[in-house]
Amino acid sequence: MSSTIYEPVRTPPPASRDSTASGARVAKVLSGAGEASQSGIWVGIFAITMSFAAFTSALFVRQGSAADWTHIALPPILYGNTLALLLSSATLQMARRALAAVPSAEPHAVRMGLGWLMATLALGFVFVAGQFEAWRQLAAQGLYLATNPNSSFYYVLTAMHGLHVLAGIVALVLVMGRIVASGAAFRKSTFEATATYWHFMGVLWLYLLLVLRTKL
Amino acid sequence: MEETSAQQAHVHAPPEGFLRKYVFSLDHKVIGKQYYALALLAVSMGMALSWLMRFHLVWPTTRIPGLELISKAGAPGGIITPEYYLSLLTMHGTLMVFFVLTNAPFAAFGNFFLPIQIGAEDMAFPRFNMMSFWTTLAAFLVLILAFVIPDGPPISGWTSYAPLSAVGKDAGPGMGWGMNLWAISIAIFCIGSLLGALNFIATTLDLRAKGMTLMRMPICTWAWFITSCIALLAFAVLLPACILLILDRTAGTSFFIPSGLVVSDRLQPHSGGSPLLWQHLFWFFGHPEVYIAILPSMGIVSHILINSMRKPLLSARVIIYSMMSIGFLSWMVWGHHMFVSGMNPFSSLLFSFPTLTITIPATIMTMIWMGSLYGANIRINAASLFALGFISMFVSGGVSGFFLAQPSIDIVLHATYFVVGHFHMVMGVASIFGVFAGTYFWFGKMTGRMMNETLGQLHFWLTFIGTYCIFMPFHYLGLVGNVRRYSAFVNDYTGPLLPLHKFITIAALCTGAAQLIFIFNLIYSRYKGAPAPENPWNGTTLEWSIPSPPPWNNFGGKHPVIYHDPYQYDVKGSKGDYIMQDSPEPSAG
Repeated sequence: MSSTIYEPVRTPPPASRDSTASGARVAKVLSGAGEASQSGIWVGIFAITMSFAAFTSALFVRQGSAADWTHIALPPILYGNTLALLLSSATLQMARRALAAVPSAEPHAVRMGLGWLMATLALGFVFVAGQFEAWRQLAAQGLYLATNPNSSFYYVLTAMHGLHVLAGIVALVLVMGRIVASGAAFRKSTFEATATYWHFMGVLWLYLLLVLRTKL
Repeated sequence: MEETSAQQAHVHAPPEGFLRKYVFSLDHKVIGKQYYALALLAVSMGMALSWLMRFHLVWPTTRIPGLELISKAGAPGGIITPEYYLSLLTMHGTLMVFFVLTNAPFAAFGNFFLPIQIGAEDMAFPRFNMMSFWTTLAAFLVLILAFVIPDGPPISGWTSYAPLSAVGKDAGPGMGWGMNLWAISIAIFCIGSLLGALNFIATTLDLRAKGMTLMRMPICTWAWFITSCIALLAFAVLLPACILLILDRTAGTSFFIPSGLVVSDRLQPHSGGSPLLWQHLFWFFGHPEVYIAILPSMGIVSHILINSMRKPLLSARVIIYSMMSIGFLSWMVWGHHMFVSGMNPFSSLLFSFPTLTITIPATIMTMIWMGSLYGANIRINAASLFALGFISMFVSGGVSGFFLAQPSIDIVLHATYFVVGHFHMVMGVASIFGVFAGTYFWFGKMTGRMMNETLGQLHFWLTFIGTYCIFMPFHYLGLVGNVRRYSAFVNDYTGPLLPLHKFITIAALCTGAAQLIFIFNLIYSRYKGAPAPENPWNGTTLEWSIPSPPPWNNFGGKHPVIYHDPYQYDVKGSKGDYIMQDSPEPSAG
């Protein structure tokens, strides 16, 4: 009798016992298993989402806990920053499209991809600088981190998002370094994971902008 | 995502040089051992602290020689002040919960065995893996730095309730830089744990060997996987909480500090914050943390019991589903720590219901273990004894949870020794029993030498009896109203309880001393133990298909192929009553 407590195996065991097969990743043969860097980045995105959910719920609780919640006017430059970040997602998509053709059309495609990545990077820097400028404008109005709960949350949320964008910039620089160093032989999985992360930064910022606009 | 995959990291030659091999190693096995060593150091410190506390409770005026050297202000003349007692319990709790109960069953064993059990060469992101250990070590160093700074360790307890944790040194000794160090340490710890959890999840999802479907993973692999999902969410919430706390303490914000708060005769320059907010954020992490501590031990214990009984559990699938539902429910129960916090009493009811619901999967698991043990011809050794001890502790400690989960009863029992007894047994001792069981079971695989069995069994009986002697009376103390965190009970209504406290202290000193047997056994066996064969327990899972200790790339460059569910015991195989997971021979029937 079968004493196994699991479901009986429906699919026959793999016929090949070729254990030396390949440097290809073993798990790829499993249905549903994918690239570790892709799942890694999605798991990371999940954790970051959770962190910002915690910050946001702290904001809601804090708003209800006392009558000192006052309205602050968001610096208009934030909308320019938003545009820069969204554009950077678009340029990153262009880079992806260019680099997707890499094995066939090498030098040209790599150069195109690098160009679009450069644009992405520049827009990323524009966003971070713009966020910094927004802080300066708030400070000029006398609104600092500890001035009131609204300004506290403004600085905390934008700083946390900014740190994550900086991490994305570092990742982009490293990816570009790889492409420059190894040309067409760069690893696509790292690039794809970075791209996913970068797009998420844009989505996260849109959410935060909504929260800042409606709540602060 | 600057990271090389496991495959790439190992395409090259094995690591050379002392630093790469043993210190900044990318090898999940070395990292697992590093976590284990850190947990061992932390548990020794935590236990020493509990000795000091127990000693002071019953002999408050007796001088402890040398203690004044550690803290002149905290123990003038070798006698612990009430404030220093609180410092000791804060550090005890923090060390134990974070650096022992999170590190040992989850990070240490998980790192070593999860990749092997799924047939991978390493974790998905070896560099992140190394980073998560070194981040955790940094957190540890920052925490114990509090012992040596003039301010001393914080007195806030491991939960660091606001607003006193947020107002700075007005709140007492240790609440200046000591508390800062605590908050910074925990924030760093969160980052390390998040990296670790991310790695565990990606590894489990993507690096499984050919044929290793999810349901063919051993129960402990499942437990580590579920735990990492919980840890990912829990630490992602504690990190923002710590950031807000640090800002309240250092930047003058008012997230947690209400208006008009006077501490030490000084009006605090904050307004409008919500002390309950800290409790909500902390316990939203804190309750799942309990399951981060206990789930891996449940997995390890199931794994060992099956091997010792030489037959499968009644249903391993239901064990896995129960662990999942415990993990799921853990997100809805944080408020049961706050029944008397001033939260809306109606919310207590809402939190009480899912709390009681958790007893259903917990009971199902216990029933499966007990039912499988019924009539089983279990192989008795140190590992299986500790596994059985785990069930005993889990049940004894868990039953008091029924009482605490009811808001009306909790009003009486809250902040008494009843609660302390409850969580020490169910979360602390039970989880540590899982670690002991895992150590006796896997030590041969980890080091290449077997642990001494006689010493192991002696260690079990002394620890088993000892921990019951320590923690069972706690429930009684709590029922008669003995409040926790008091540093002495000489002249008040708790005076008649002193003999019982003395008994507990003596039991604690003896049980602690019995752990020296374990330490001796670890060190002695590491160098002088009998050489470990490849498969000393006739196990079926992948860790038993490779040499002890495993080579640097686990499977010697081969890729295992999986043909069976993990626990093919009680069958006719070519080697005896079991068939290995990677053996192509058909299982009977």
